[in-house]
Amino acid sequence: MSPRAAWRLESLGFAEVYEYAAGLADWLAFGLPTEGHDADQPRVGQIARRDAPVCALGDRIGDVRDRARAAGWDECLVLNDERVVLGRLRAAALAGDPEAIAADVMEPGPTTVRPDERLTTLWPRMRDTHVGRIIVTTPDGRLVGVAEREAIERERVEHESGAGRRA
Amino acid sequence: MPTDVRRDEVMRLVAIGAQLVDVLPRAEYDAEHIAGAISIPLKTLDRETTARLDASRPAITYCWDLQ
Repeated sequence: MSPRAAWRLESLGFAEVYEYAAGLADWLAFGLPTEGHDADQPRVGQIARRDAPVCALGDRIGDVRDRARAAGWDECLVLNDERVVLGRLRAAALAGDPEAIAADVMEPGPTTVRPDERLTTLWPRMRDTHVGRIIVTTPDGRLVGVAEREAIERERVEHESGAGRRA
Repeated sequence: MPTDVRRDEVMRLVAIGAQLVDVLPRAEYDAEHIAGAISIPLKTLDRETTARLDASRPAITYCWDLQ
C-alpha cells in the first residue's frame, strides 16, 4: 500500500518522497509515540524482555547453557547474523549433550507473535494453551524480545484497573 | 524514485521537517497512528487531498507493515 502511495505522491510533484515500508507495526514494536483512541492499549512489544540469551546455529550446547544460566535463563534463542529467529533451545535441549550443536537440537521455527499484538488478546490465548513465554519478532522475523505470561497478566490488569479509575 | 527508509531514518527526517502520511483507511488512522502523521487514505490520495501538504518538503508514506 505505502509503495503505491509513495509513487503517487511523486507523480503529483513531490520532489523528495520516502516509503516507510515496515510501517506502523514496526513503529509500535519499538514503543515509539502514537496517537489515536487505541494508542494507550498495551502491546506485547512494550513489555518483551530484551535480555533473552541468544546463540548461533553452530554454537556448542555446553557453552550456550553456561551463558544462559549465568544470565538467569533456562532457554536460548537461535538467531542468524540478521537476528532472525531460526530456533529455540528449551531447558531440555540445554540439559542435553554439551557437545551437541545448537542447529541439531533446537526446536526449529518456534511460534512468534508480532510486537503490536495487544495484551488483551494475547494473554487469554497463552493461558488457554499453557504457554509461559512467547517470542516476539518484527514482521520480517527479527527478534524483539521474549514476553512472559505473568508479566503480560500484570500489565494487562494494571492497565485495566487504571482505565477503570479513569472512567 | 521513492526511497525505502527504516525507523531511525524516519525519525531523523521528521526532526528536520518531513511530513508523515498515513495511507491506511481513516478508521485505522483514528484508532492509532504515528504521532504527528497526517491521514490521507490511499484510495483518496490525489491532487486535492494532498494540497495541504508541502510538495517542497520531504514526505514519508506508511501503512501497517510490509504488505
